This record gives sequence, structure tokens and C-alpha cells, in this order.
Amino acid sequence: MAIKKISKIQPDKFEFNKNNKDIANNIIKNYPSGKQQSAVMPLLNIAQKQNDNWIPLAAMKYIAKYLDMPYIKVYEVATFYSMYNLAPVGKYFFQVCTTTPCMLRGAYDLVKVCKKKISENENQLSDDEKTSWLEVECLGACVNAPMLQINDDYYEDLDPTKLESIIDKINKNEDPKPGSYKGRISTEPENIRKTLLGNKNA
Amino acid sequence: MLEDKDRIFKNLYNDFGSDLNSAKERGDWIDTKNICSKGRDWIINEIKISELRGRGGAGFPTGLKWSFAPKEVGSRPHYLVINADESEPGTCKDRDILRFEPHKLIEGCLIASYAVNAHKCYIYIRGEYFNEGQKLQSAINEAYKSGLIGKNSADTGWDLDIFIHYGAGAYICGEETALLESIEGKKGQPRLKPPFPALVGLYGCPTIINNVETISVVPTILRRGGKWFSSLGRPKNTGSKIYCISGNVNNPCNVEEEMGIPLKVLIDKHAGGVVGGWDNLKAVIPGGSSMPLIPKDICETIKMDFDTLIENKSGLGTAGIVVINKDQDIIKCMARIARFYKHESCGQCTPCREGSGWMWRILERMAKGECSKDEVDMLLDVTKQIEGHTICAFGEGSSWPVQGLIRHFKKDILSRNNFNPLVKKDKNIPYLIDQHLLEK
Repeated sequence: MAIKKISKIQPDKFEFNKNNKDIANNIIKNYPSGKQQSAVMPLLNIAQKQNDNWIPLAAMKYIAKYLDMPYIKVYEVATFYSMYNLAPVGKYFFQVCTTTPCMLRGAYDLVKVCKKKISENENQLSDDEKTSWLEVECLGACVNAPMLQINDDYYEDLDPTKLESIIDKINKNEDPKPGSYKGRISTEPENIRKTLLGNKNA
Repeated sequence: MLEDKDRIFKNLYNDFGSDLNSAKERGDWIDTKNICSKGRDWIINEIKISELRGRGGAGFPTGLKWSFAPKEVGSRPHYLVINADESEPGTCKDRDILRFEPHKLIEGCLIASYAVNAHKCYIYIRGEYFNEGQKLQSAINEAYKSGLIGKNSADTGWDLDIFIHYGAGAYICGEETALLESIEGKKGQPRLKPPFPALVGLYGCPTIINNVETISVVPTILRRGGKWFSSLGRPKNTGSKIYCISGNVNNPCNVEEEMGIPLKVLIDKHAGGVVGGWDNLKAVIPGGSSMPLIPKDICETIKMDFDTLIENKSGLGTAGIVVINKDQDIIKCMARIARFYKHESCGQCTPCREGSGWMWRILERMAKGECSKDEVDMLLDVTKQIEGHTICAFGEGSSWPVQGLIRHFKKDILSRNNFNPLVKKDKNIPYLIDQHLLEK
């Protein structure tokens, strides 16, 4: 089990904006009537996106009222799942996968780059408060290891120099291109493909 | 080796695009009405003939699972739930299906929903796969627009709604009952079985839960016939399977191959061989991190299917092959896997919550050579205390890789950790793992 630290600085109020209210109401309709509690995970996700990538306690209270469920049940869910950030993270949130398949291909070299270029410790904001990083468990792109996730996008087939150039781009306010950094389209074997050769890209 | 014409996932490498038109060109959504008009019993029987086994890890026969759903809908509606919470280290096959072959999955959902009398289908995608989920959502929207799902789906007379539910980074939600809890908006902690989800599942209603790959192969099986599928592989281990080959190989890749293909062929032919040559191979984890590793001498000859691997005290699991060569420290690799399980334990059962942390800490010390020789046996004992004493299979999943390490590499561990216990036996604290600290 992972330990989650809740931010000491908390906003007093939280409320969905107009657009997110519509999205939330549509999501609730996906579940049978009376089972609106099911929508707690998508709603927490919306709250996280609205509030600069982290969920304050006020948002949990708000969602509890919104879905007519006890506050503690929302708190339980928010602390159980690892993707809910309960303290501020960088605008660009780096999640480096270091589980064995990535580790075998050098994920800890990426961690070293993050330590050097972003911040000394996990979950610590960089000096310009724009980025932060975290070691996470398997992100499910083992064939494209080593890889990391920045916000919603996967950056695959990396090595330390490529990661450094990604961080440099972000520091220059450019958006780096997600996907493979070895020129692969997907999970095909590089150069030696032996299957599905009739297809156009083979 | 499987021929290209027998491959089910023709767009595995995204050569064509995943939109509806190109999916139709590849043969999806052709005559779905005709398949459904043959009736539920025919569908379930054909899947039974094909001997399709679930692709999510446990390998449970799919036809049998579907036949557990009540034949008539009673007072409670039925649900179909698709498990796309792919988080097993070494596995990334469902991701490719979600982003490149979404229409195979959606058509499979329609047929499976019809077969088990479900009008609602939830697809549980892990939260990290946000972009993959968006791709699937746009495919679902396309299908709604063309009348392939929704009211009178594809003219079959069956109403079906498909919803995506995103997870939020919990490995345990890949366990089917934890997944149901998660959809219900609770912590993802597994439920006691029985009752099985086929009778009491989502919201207390009959629910059939299948893996993405299982459902995606169903339409092709029904089109080409169960006999065709069972002609691939060998009895009880039939069909084709997407293998994910990662780790110390020259060209890591996903590849769809026949069940029972030799491991050496997969590594040498498709993945470009082990880094440093075959002789540099140390061990292979054949089925995702939960399965015990197999050493080089077994790798030479072993065939990749459910039963052969079980005979060799491992398992096919999700067919996520992690290759480890001699440049790596095998104990450290296993310690990292143990850390994964320590992080992902849901905390419901004590043996797993505490034991997974114990295993991790012991293995970390073993990697540094700080353990006494007694502790190897103690570690094995700890794994036995976890295995079989938990609600779900996470206990087995976390202890098997450690058992595999001790089974095959005990010599390596002992050569590094070969001193006598620091604490004399008369203190008699058998399970205090940080014994060496008492002396310091």
C-alpha cells in the first residue's frame, strides 16, 4: 500500500464550472438510477483536471454532496487510488515507470535525469514550479520501455539524452511530441518485422 | 508459425487506421446480424467448440463462463463488463487492441452481450490509458452513429449501450470483483467468492466479466468457426495469442502467434534475440510478473501454452514475456517486482498487506548481501504463509515470483548471503525480519 500525503494548504471552496457540471451530469446518466455513487471516480478526475491537477478536500466534500453520498466514502476512494493527487503537482507531471521490464532497459537512468533537471525529490516542485516527477508502477507499455507519462501522454523508447531534450523543450514552453522516440509507430519489432507483411507500412 | 491469413488482429501495428471504414475492410461488422440470428445456444456452443480460454491470466474457458449466466432474465438485469485494466508488468496487449482494433472489441461486446442477455456493457479501462480510452470512445460514437450499437444494434433486434469507466491507477482493480467494486464507486477491494459474479455481480446483478482480448477474438471465431480456432495450437490450448516480449531483447515487440509456439522461436525470430546472444540469457518470466520465472535450460525447449507452463511450475498468465539476461542482477529484478506488489496490495487481507512488504524488504537486503543463510528458507516460508490465505489471487501473484526465484536461483542467493545468523537461536523470534538490527 502506498502512503498518500494530503496538502496542508487547502482552498476553502470548490465548485465545478459550468462546462464540467454538464460533463458530470452526463456521466451520472451512464449508471442506473440510484447508483450515482458509481460516478465518484470520473467526478474526482474532473475535479483534478479543473483544479490544476490535484484534488483539495473541498472538492471531495462538494462531490459527496453532488452524489448524495457520505464524505468519508469519497475520501476513501480518493486516498485509495494512486492517480488522484492530493497535493499540488507541477503543471507538467512526470510519471516515470520503474517496474522490472522498464528497469531492465534503464528506467533508473531516467530517474537520475529527473533528479538532476527537475527536483531532488519525488513530488517536489521544480524551481520554476512548473514540473514535478514521481516514480510509478507499471504503466502498461513494457514493449516500449523505458517510458514515462507526462500528464495524459506516453513518451516511449527513451534514453537519458532524449528525456533531457524533452525537459528542455518544456522549459522553453514548447510541447514535446508524445509517442515513440525511436520512430516506431506502435509495438512492432524495429527493422526485423516478420508478420503482417502484406500491410502497407511493413 | 502462424500464417498472416490466420492472424485475427490484422491491424496490430496500426498499418491501416482504426476507424469504422477500414475496420469493415478488414472484415469487422460483416453479417453480425446473421451470427446473432443463429441464437444464444449456437454462439455459446461454438465458443465451447473453439476451446477459447480467457486471455486475462487465469485461462478459464470462456464458453463455460458464459453458460453460467442465468438463461432467462429475472427481476435483475444482466451486465457485461470488459476488463481493460491491464496493469500486469510485462503486458501491453490490450492497449494495442483498444487503440488499433476497437471495432473488434465493440462487435465482440455486442455478440457477448447478446449471448449472456445483457443490455448494458461497461468497459473498465485503467486511468493511465487516457488516450487509448479516447480512441475507443470515438469508435463507440462511430458505432452508435451507424446504428451498430444502441437501439436494435446492427439490425439484430438487440439493444446495447456501452459505457467506458476509467480506473485510477490500482492494479488490484484487474481482479474481477475488485473491478466491480470500483465501478460501484468504492475502494477496489476484492469480494469473497462465492457468490460468483455470474450470479451476483455488478449492483448485485448477474455479470459476466471478460478480458479485452478474449472478447475481441469472439467475432472472428464465430465467422470462421470454432473448429478453425481449435485447429490452431493443441487441445485445451487452442487458437492464437498476442505475446508481449519485453526486457533484454534486441527488438521488443508485440506479436500474435499460435498457442504453443516455442519460447526460443518467439525470442529469436520475432524479438531479434537476447541482448548479448542466447548464451547470455539468465531467466525468463513467461506470463507477466505474477508467474514464476523459468531458467535458461527450460527456456531452450519450452512451448508457450497454459498446460506446458503449468507442468514446468510456471504459467502462461497474460503472455507478457520478460527476458532477463546475465548483465542484470536477478535478485534485484525480483526485489523490484516485490516492491510492485507491496505498493499495489489493497490492504484488505493481513497476510498479503504485511507479507508483501516483508518479501520486498528481505529481497532488497538479499540483493545487497545483508541476509543470513537461514533467511532464504524463512523467505520461502513467508511466501507459503501468504499463498492461499487471501481473498483474491493477489497473494499467489505476489508470492509465486519469489518462490520461482528461490526454486531456480537459490545458489545465487546463498553465494551472496552466506553468513550465519547474527541473532542466536535462543532469542527465538522466528519472524522478526530485521534481526540484524538488534545487534547494531
